[in-house]
Amino acid sequence: MALNASNIEVGLIHRAVVVENLTRTQIVQYAGASGDYNPLHTDEVFATQVAGYPSVFAHGMLTMGMTGKMLTDYVGDGRLTLFGGRFTSQVWPGDTLTAMATVTALRVESGVSVADFEVVTENQSGVAVFSGSATARLD
Amino acid sequence: MTASRFPIEAGHIMMFARAIGDFNPVYRDVDAARASEVGAIIAPPTFIQASAQYDPDYPLRPQPGVPWFGSGATPTGRVPNAEPTTSSPGSSSERSGGTGLHAEQHYEYHRPVRPGEVLTLTVRPGTAWEKQGRRGGLLHFRETIIEYRGEDGELAVVARGVGVRTEQTVKD
Repeated sequence: MALNASNIEVGLIHRAVVVENLTRTQIVQYAGASGDYNPLHTDEVFATQVAGYPSVFAHGMLTMGMTGKMLTDYVGDGRLTLFGGRFTSQVWPGDTLTAMATVTALRVESGVSVADFEVVTENQSGVAVFSGSATARLD
Repeated sequence: MTASRFPIEAGHIMMFARAIGDFNPVYRDVDAARASEVGAIIAPPTFIQASAQYDPDYPLRPQPGVPWFGSGATPTGRVPNAEPTTSSPGSSSERSGGTGLHAEQHYEYHRPVRPGEVLTLTVRPGTAWEKQGRRGGLLHFRETIIEYRGEDGELAVVARGVGVRTEQTVKD
């Protein structure tokens, strides 16, 4: 189901919890699917004893992928025209992430109705871990 | 180095969607996808980053005959301060105390990506800049743009990644 231009307005916020208590196993699952096996994400011994981190941490792209789930569940399948952002803080095992999209503009682009969104994903402490924007086609 | 071709496979899309915790049937169920607006299985928006699987020299995947920098008998298989690991956008890597991380990723979607097609990649270097970090010393940023085209030569996705290399370990 896609969003309809008549059903949303600037300032509207949609939010969804995209992971609760992130597991090391899910990080490893993402490593396998994406092909990025960096030991910083997959190897607790290396991450702590060699790289000096408190534990392994998630790929930025896992956070962005989970944020994308919030967006596609909201705007509909195959509707995104733009999606991007910055990785603003690391995501650790045990984190619970909430992804939020705020409508910033409704406009017509090449005859098609689109919505622009500010996109922010926060951890359980309210710290932004991903901050960016997206644009989607509307009905 | 990056992949030059990215064959899009249904099983790969299914595994990727599972890994990001997205159980939308449009990423795995042919019948459900057929009944949906997009008409057939598509890939999730960030799937395109998995083209790293097809990069023959991807440094963040163990390679035959090359010591892997992760742990085995010892906490790292590589001599400290050895040759740095370079990384493609969408990845992160390790080097002597400092850390290479993925700073930004931006996608421009021209159409959905679907199983059965083979995308062709064109890589362009973007800009590079430096900035004093709040916590990691001097930060070195580098942008890479990858164009993914379908078999018709038309753009499917444009991916612009920014990698950052810090001079110290980033704690949070």
